[in-house]
Amino acid sequence: MPPEAPLLEARGITRAFGAQRALRGVDLRLGPGEAVAVAGPNGAGKTTLLRILAGLMRPTTGEVRLADGRTPRDPAARRRVGLLSHQSFLYDDLTARENLHFTGRLYGLGDLAARASRALEEAGLAARADDPVRQLSRGMLQRVAIARALLHEPDILLLDEPFTGLDVPSAARLRGFLAAQRAAGRGLVIVTHHLAEAWGFATHVGVLARGQWAQLGPRPASLEEFLAGYQELVDA
Amino acid sequence: MTPLPAAGPIIRAGRLLTVLGLLGMAVVYLLALAHTPVEARQGLAQKIFYVHAPAAWGALIAFVLVGIASLLYLWLHDPRLDLFAEASAEVGLAFSAVMLTTGPIWGKPIWGTWWTWDARLTLTLFLFLLFLGYLTLRAAVRDPVERARFSAVLGIMALVLVPFIHLSVYLFRTLHPQPILLKPSRPSLPPAMLRTLLVSMGTYTVLYLGFVTLRYGIGLRRAALLREADDA
Amino acid sequence: MPEAVRSALAIAGKDLRLEFRTRTGLLSAFVFAVLTLLVFNFSRDQSLISTTDLAPSALWITVAFGAVVAMNRAFIIEKEQGAIDALLLAPVPRGAIYWGKFLANLAFVGLVEALTLPLFVLFFNVPLGPALPGVVLTLVLATIGFVAVGTILSAMVVRTRFAELMLPVLILPFMVPPLIGAVQVTARLLGGRPLTEVLGWLRLLGTYDVVFVTLCTLAFSAVVDE
Repeated sequence: MPPEAPLLEARGITRAFGAQRALRGVDLRLGPGEAVAVAGPNGAGKTTLLRILAGLMRPTTGEVRLADGRTPRDPAARRRVGLLSHQSFLYDDLTARENLHFTGRLYGLGDLAARASRALEEAGLAARADDPVRQLSRGMLQRVAIARALLHEPDILLLDEPFTGLDVPSAARLRGFLAAQRAAGRGLVIVTHHLAEAWGFATHVGVLARGQWAQLGPRPASLEEFLAGYQELVDA
Repeated sequence: MTPLPAAGPIIRAGRLLTVLGLLGMAVVYLLALAHTPVEARQGLAQKIFYVHAPAAWGALIAFVLVGIASLLYLWLHDPRLDLFAEASAEVGLAFSAVMLTTGPIWGKPIWGTWWTWDARLTLTLFLFLLFLGYLTLRAAVRDPVERARFSAVLGIMALVLVPFIHLSVYLFRTLHPQPILLKPSRPSLPPAMLRTLLVSMGTYTVLYLGFVTLRYGIGLRRAALLREADDA
Repeated sequence: MPEAVRSALAIAGKDLRLEFRTRTGLLSAFVFAVLTLLVFNFSRDQSLISTTDLAPSALWITVAFGAVVAMNRAFIIEKEQGAIDALLLAPVPRGAIYWGKFLANLAFVGLVEALTLPLFVLFFNVPLGPALPGVVLTLVLATIGFVAVGTILSAMVVRTRFAELMLPVLILPFMVPPLIGAVQVTARLLGGRPLTEVLGWLRLLGTYDVVFVTLCTLAFSAVVDE
């Protein structure tokens, strides 16, 4: 049986910032129901890779294609990609609900009020939905940011450190949610410094070092063994 | 990463053109001082005209070429176009500085004032300010790709702006009749003067090409060195 | 309503909501405008220069400075938490994002002008009456032009070092044609001349608007798309 068509495929991605090369030839194939956990030291190019996969940044060379051959920069393709960045993408002086409504309008989503309420409910923020997000705690803010990034129910979820600032129950809930997304046939790329957080639902693990894959493959069975070899991978 | 051409031959070509241009300048000075008649009404002060007008010509070429290179950059995304635009803007700034200093030196004895809001003079002042703004913006953006995009947009906008500035300062001036003393006289040039002017225009064109080629080569070399440092 | 128009209005609406919630930008621009008017009044020798001679330039320099202060904020709110990236990720044409920010800026600058104009009449004691429609038309035409330019420039400078200093340096040359035109028209209208006498200037202002709104709409993608 031929492998399923990927949701997203990146080939030979390089990205230079002037003379500095953040990425030096990165391939990635994300199939439906796959979740790639990406680790790597600071400055390895993880954030740049996510931005390129999301179509926010043009690769210097190489290309990214979605299932139908569109690039993520294509307006029609944008609806299928959701990006959670290390920045919240929220307006501090708008409430959580207003932020979601605004996002919904940009995506032309129907039944916006109900959809936003449901998303806030799921994020456990119903009680604080009408406070300006400036007044929310770090963890709540992260939950609103996640709700915002996924409001339009994308097929491809690109998440940069999604567990940052979350307390234990919220993190567990997010893990459950992401596992369910994967099970529903969506594709996930999760950048994280703590592989343990994503280990449970990841199907693949990648280690990015100096702009290249030090390793990329199906998730090994043991996290402990993987972590034991991690530093060697990064330094190689 | 787009391979850039080798800087060495370009810098050498730039040097050669610059030397030719400087030799041409010597010829221009000789022609202007020894082989061109003294203008009857303006006297010796008129001689500065052979530097002033060609410098303005050089600045104008520089300005238009920054705009065209900017437009092409947004289309082709070729970093060489950005390096060229940068080179042209710097040379343009220098030429417009020459034009702005020689103008008042001539204006004081002839118009009786260092500065006047004459349409052409005002326009050259704005060329100078636009070059300055363009280079200031470049200095303030760190990522070279972003710098190239931003300055390209500004370069195009500036090119579109100049006709508007010209039209509005011209309309502005016509509303304020100029004192007779300040009226710039533009008699048709006798052949000897015209010849000197044309030689000077040609010389300044060669100088522009020399400076820009040299500056472009330096830009290439700088980019190559930065890349080497990144590879090491 | 086409999707692009809806998106532009959503963005402009969001900006207005934010502005009216915090009022910092609007308030500082207005206070700044009032102070500029005051400085003008005190910096003239009242026995030598009549108010009507000074009034047109006082009005327009005040408007221009107030506009720069107001427009500086436009993209700062998008940059704070990276929200500009969210706009770029959304399936919205870049031109629509530009128009959203442009319309919001027009509203802010327009509001600052609407608040400044009565104070101008009060401080300078100018008989605006019959000239009012013409002055308002001039305000509208001139404002559209430099706000169009200011919107795209503020999207650039917000990503540079010394952002707040860069905007005035870059925008002032672009303000020259609208300002010269507006000052000339205002002086004529306040001097009791008919509107027909300034048609040439109004045409210049209108052409500037069409050219730069078009150019900036097209060029915006080159500014924001990495």
